[in-house]
This record gives sequence, C-alpha cells and structure tokens, in this order.
Amino acid sequence: MSRNAILHIVLLAATIAAPLLFPAYNAFLATLWLFIIVALTWDMTGGQMGYNSLGNIFFYGTGMYVGAVIAIGMYFPVGEWTDAARSELFLMSPGQYYTGLAVGSLGAGIFCALAALIIGALTFGLRGPYFAIGTLGVAIAGGEIVSNIEWLGGGQGISMPNPPGDFDSFKVLIYYLFAGLGVVLFIFLRWFYQTRFAAAINAIRDDEEKAEAMGIHTLRYKLVTWAIAAFFVGIAGSISAFQLIHFEPLETAYQTINLGIFMVVCVLLGGKGTLWGPVIGAVIFHVFKEVTWNYFLGGQWIALGALIVVIVVFFQGGLMGFFRRRFPEWFGVRVETKGATETAS
Amino acid sequence: MSAIIEVSHVSKSFGGVHANTDISLSVEKGGITGLIGPNGSGKTTLFNSIVGYHPIDSGSIRFEGREISRMLVPEIARLGLLRTFQQTRIYGAMNCMQNMLISIPHRKMTLWEAFRRNSPEEKERAEHLLEFVGLYEKRLLQAGSLSFGQQKLLEFAMAMMNEPTVLLLDEPTAGINPTLINGLIDRLKRANSEYGITLFIIEHNMRVIMNMAERIYCLAYGKLLASGTPAEIQDDQRVIDAYLGAH
Repeated sequence: MSRNAILHIVLLAATIAAPLLFPAYNAFLATLWLFIIVALTWDMTGGQMGYNSLGNIFFYGTGMYVGAVIAIGMYFPVGEWTDAARSELFLMSPGQYYTGLAVGSLGAGIFCALAALIIGALTFGLRGPYFAIGTLGVAIAGGEIVSNIEWLGGGQGISMPNPPGDFDSFKVLIYYLFAGLGVVLFIFLRWFYQTRFAAAINAIRDDEEKAEAMGIHTLRYKLVTWAIAAFFVGIAGSISAFQLIHFEPLETAYQTINLGIFMVVCVLLGGKGTLWGPVIGAVIFHVFKEVTWNYFLGGQWIALGALIVVIVVFFQGGLMGFFRRRFPEWFGVRVETKGATETAS
Repeated sequence: MSAIIEVSHVSKSFGGVHANTDISLSVEKGGITGLIGPNGSGKTTLFNSIVGYHPIDSGSIRFEGREISRMLVPEIARLGLLRTFQQTRIYGAMNCMQNMLISIPHRKMTLWEAFRRNSPEEKERAEHLLEFVGLYEKRLLQAGSLSFGQQKLLEFAMAMMNEPTVLLLDEPTAGINPTLINGLIDRLKRANSEYGITLFIIEHNMRVIMNMAERIYCLAYGKLLASGTPAEIQDDQRVIDAYLGAH
C-alpha cells in the first residue's frame, strides 16, 4: 500500500473517531467540517475557474431557509409555524424530524443548484472584480429580501423543531452529517479534478477568450461547476439550520461578512486551485479563529485582519503555492526527455 | 479547387474608423493563402470578423457554404474554423500536456463526455504533436514559464490538436528568432500537406509569406488593394507604394 493511501485511511479513521475521542470538541469539529465544505466549494469557482465569487454565502443562507421550509412544510403550514414561534408549540415526532432533515437538506441542495444556474446565467457575463461585487450584491439582496418575507419569519428568522433525544447524541449526529458531506465532497473533487471538465474550467481561468476561440463550451462549464458547488453549500446550510435550532436572516443565514469572507480567507491561506489547499487553509483558519476568539477576545478581528494581511503580502499563492514555488518537482513539474521516461517506467 | 471561406463585401467600422471597407476575398480549400498589408490596414479586424469576435456592419462571410457572420466565437471554432492570436495565448498555469489535452475538438464532446478522463489515444496524439513542434521534453512544465517563441509553437500545436479544417494564423513568426522561423515554416507546410489543414496567414515577414502562400491578398487603409500569386504581388507597384508610402 502506498504512503498516500495510508495517509488517507488514517485521516478517515480520525474523522470517524474524533467525536468519540473528543466529545467536548464536537461543535468545534462540526464547524471545522463546515469550513472545509465552504472552502472546497468556493475554490471550485474561485481557484479552479478564476471566478472569485463573494456570493457563495447566498447558497448557504438559501439552503438554511429551503431546508427549514421543506422540513416544516411537510407536516405543518409554514406561515402558522413561523407566526407562532413563541406562543404555540408544534410538536414533531422523531420520524417526522429525521425525514424532514433528510428531505429538507437534499431539497435545499437541489434548489441551490438550480438557483446557481439562474444567477450564473445572469452574472457570468461579469469578469474579475465585477463578478465578485455582482455576486456579493446577490448575497446581500438575498438576506434583505428574505428578512422582509413574513411567511419566512421576517427579521426574526425561523425556529426549527427541537431535536429528538438527548442533546449530546444530536451533536454527534450533526458532526457526522457535516463530516460525511465533507468526505463525499472531497472524494468527488478528487475525481472531478482529473476529468476533462476540470481541465476546461482551468482553461477558462487561465484565458477565457482563448478557451472560447478553441471552441470550449465556456458558459456551460461555468454554470455546471457553480451549480455543483451550490448543491453542496445548500446541503451544508440546511444542516446548519437544524444544528442552530434558531436562525435569523442577516447574521446567521446570509452572513456575508462572516462565513462569506471566511471561506475566501481559508482558500487564500491554503492555496487557490489545489485540492488540499482549501482543506489545510480551513483547518489553520478555524483553529486560529477559535484561539483568538477564546483567548484574545476584543482583539480577535485585529488578529484576523493581521492574518489576512500576512497572507496577501507574503503568501500570495497560499501554503500550497509556497510549496509549489519551492519544490516544483513535488507537483510533477520537470523536464523529461524521451529516454528518461522509458527508463523510469 | 473550391473556396472554403468566402468573404463578400464585408465592411466594419469602429466609430469613425473604417477598419474594413467592402472587402471580398476567398480562401481555397486545402491551400495556403496569405494576407498582408501595412500596420493598421485592417488584417486582424478581418480575421476577427471571420471568427465571430464582433458583428460585421454589412456583407457576408461563408464557411463551407454556410453563413457564419452572425455566429458566436465558440460555435465557429467548433465548425472547424480556428484562429491563433497575434499576442500568443496559452493557458499559463497549466502544463503543456494539459494545454494540449483540453484543446481536443469540442464539436464532438457532450457534457457527459466531459466527465471522463482523456483517452490514451488523445494523450498519445498530444505527445506526438508536442514532439512535432519540438516541445516534448518540456511537456510537464508550466506553459506560462516557456519563452515567447515556445509559447507560439505550443499555441500552434494546440490548434493542430483541435483538428481544424481551416487555421487562421495571425503573424505566426512574429517574435520568433530567425533560426526557429525556418523550422516553423516547415511545420506549417507539413500541417498543410500532411494533415490537409487549409491555412490563412497574416504575415509581415515577406520572405515567409512569399515562400509559403499560393495566393496573397493585400489590404491597405481597410480596402482590398491587390491580389494574386506571390510573384504578381511582389511586382505590383500599388503594394510597394502602400508599404513604402508613395506620395
């Protein structure tokens, strides 16, 4: 067995064992997986395709609302539920709860993928910073629109049904949902980045006009890539809705200045356009964030700002980019003559 | 031989600048056709019109008998009418092999096929073409790290990978050192004779274009000035005046 395979198995075992070994850190680890998911999906367009979206948080927020509406709406009228959040108590059986969680999350993923196709068709005409600002506008508008719809609880947000069973095992369940989604996403991307599809979006990143001149179906690849990313973010959003039990539109769901920016910082920290970069970046960033939030409260935003400055000034390609420049041969960059390949193989 | 590209009465202006005025020309199937003219005479504008970069104001452009003047760039490229750029364009962050492999003909590739890996035949063909232009040893290097001349060769190999029917080359020898130019001329000729690709070339290097083209068109001030065999063009006083500036 190769060293690489052993590394993957060890990581997978650690992922499965983590909540049992460190029960006190369950919430921390669940959020870590959320960061990995949003970083990996952001990198699909930002790193691999060259479209720096600041609006991916839109799919997170929309995923929350769609997941909640489906889960509640399957059994109760949504308007009455949100209206009665404080006064009247609706009760859900465990069966209803878990069905709602599964169907709601899947529905959220599909809804967000379709939304990405529509928003993408409108915004992929924008290039560079204009695309970033355009998508940021979509995310901000999303939050503002939702907070004005009374049916969705308006600015109050939505209170989700209480999880059945004891709270500790619920936290373990949430961890495994995020971790499972993250692992599926990682395996999917590992395969996806080997396909011709991925080569096409890399070509779009490097020179879109050239890609068009070579006959590549640029818009089609851009839309499908973003839709796949939105699918995973939407599911993650829905799981978050169940995890948080109560959420509101501007600070939790469409949190453009928090998670919406954090996902970008994670990728920049780890290295854009690589498979492992967003994962490594998410781990470092999340640990850094938790440490400063816990031990440096009051100065946490300053520390975060300093971190971003350091990355942008000294590590423009992120950690993976740094290694790539120092050790290009690790990444298969080498001069190879015909004779050399024959002896090597 | 029959015409594969027919340009008839094409005009294009940008604001008050008449880049092309009533230009008619045709490119013979299977041949090598040249397009010359002083700087700013509208050669690249004509190329851009043919491959669909901008709509033309009037006239018609036909490729294999089909009207293409209203089609989009990728659609025209998928028909088999491909162009290279004056300022060489390659995918800089990808290595040469990846550059080659994504240049496979996209007219056949459906969305589902995109989710597959490249076939061994495609890899073999990519390696063969990289060898054809002399870049085989550099195939795992980042394309952006190659020299300008090498990038030009890579761009040419990528165009070959796309199996075009017609290749529009915008100054293929500009910026390439004189020793390499001979190799490039040889390869262009072989692309034409061995692979049967029709070539339509913009070129400033007279030695190159006179050596290669069977028929040459000369533009000046956005108008078609002269056309004919290389010998006829070389003796045409109007062409000489256009280049040297007669008063």
